[in-house]
Amino acid sequence: MITTPVIFQRQFKATVKFSIIVYAAPASSQAASTALQFVKTLLHEGHDIYRLFFFSDGVHNTNRLVVAPQDEMNLPREWHRLISNYEIDSVACVSSAIKRGILNEQEAKRHELDSSTLLDSSEIAGLGQMVDAMVNSDRIVHFG
Amino acid sequence: MPTPQKPRTFTFISRSAPYGNNRPRLCLGAALATAVFEQKVNYLFMDDGVFQLLANQNADGIASKTLGNALETLELYGIDQVMVLKESLASRHISSEDLLFPVQLLSNSDLQSLIESSDYVINL
Repeated sequence: MITTPVIFQRQFKATVKFSIIVYAAPASSQAASTALQFVKTLLHEGHDIYRLFFFSDGVHNTNRLVVAPQDEMNLPREWHRLISNYEIDSVACVSSAIKRGILNEQEAKRHELDSSTLLDSSEIAGLGQMVDAMVNSDRIVHFG
Repeated sequence: MPTPQKPRTFTFISRSAPYGNNRPRLCLGAALATAVFEQKVNYLFMDDGVFQLLANQNADGIASKTLGNALETLELYGIDQVMVLKESLASRHISSEDLLFPVQLLSNSDLQSLIESSDYVINL
């Protein structure tokens, strides 16, 4: 059996462009936390994230008003930190978001509500951004 | 938004019963959006997803929208490859005459080639 020397393995390790679709809410499903760990690992391994797309209950990961108990991870805050640090393109699906009270300032104003709830590291957009992510990434991974 | 040169083939597999959770609606919404962006879309009902296709649904009693009506929009969006897994119908004692509209019947081996021929498979 021929094995490639370690030095070449490193040299030829390909960078893969991922998009991640999150359906899971942070407080009720392990999948949201798994998605976060997965994205951290991808970045650590030198891969690219084309887009994070929060769909259905996954939009709860972009809520800036979440308070976690002291001994638990505040998942939206962790996402926010990661997205901001790495300047990742992060989108919450508009139809999923507004029906769960996740609104940016524009949506809050439009619906005459007193506060926006979306973390400013994510934006609100339509499903077209999900189709675009699928078409322009090498790999799509769904969580939840 | 960067537009791709040629359309890709997306296969959506809807596997949940119509009214227990929002998965059937998510699957439908994602498929319609994909069709709007001029991609090739296949839509398959399997497992408990076949219950979505039953004729004479009425969700008024549970203060919900009738999913069966929404499924008819598949055709309006140009999604003509609408399929159902034969084995899933048979194991639930549903005959193809019980369905909302005529749907292409797929066997387990057809399913394999459908997945092989798809660029993307989305299970919901």
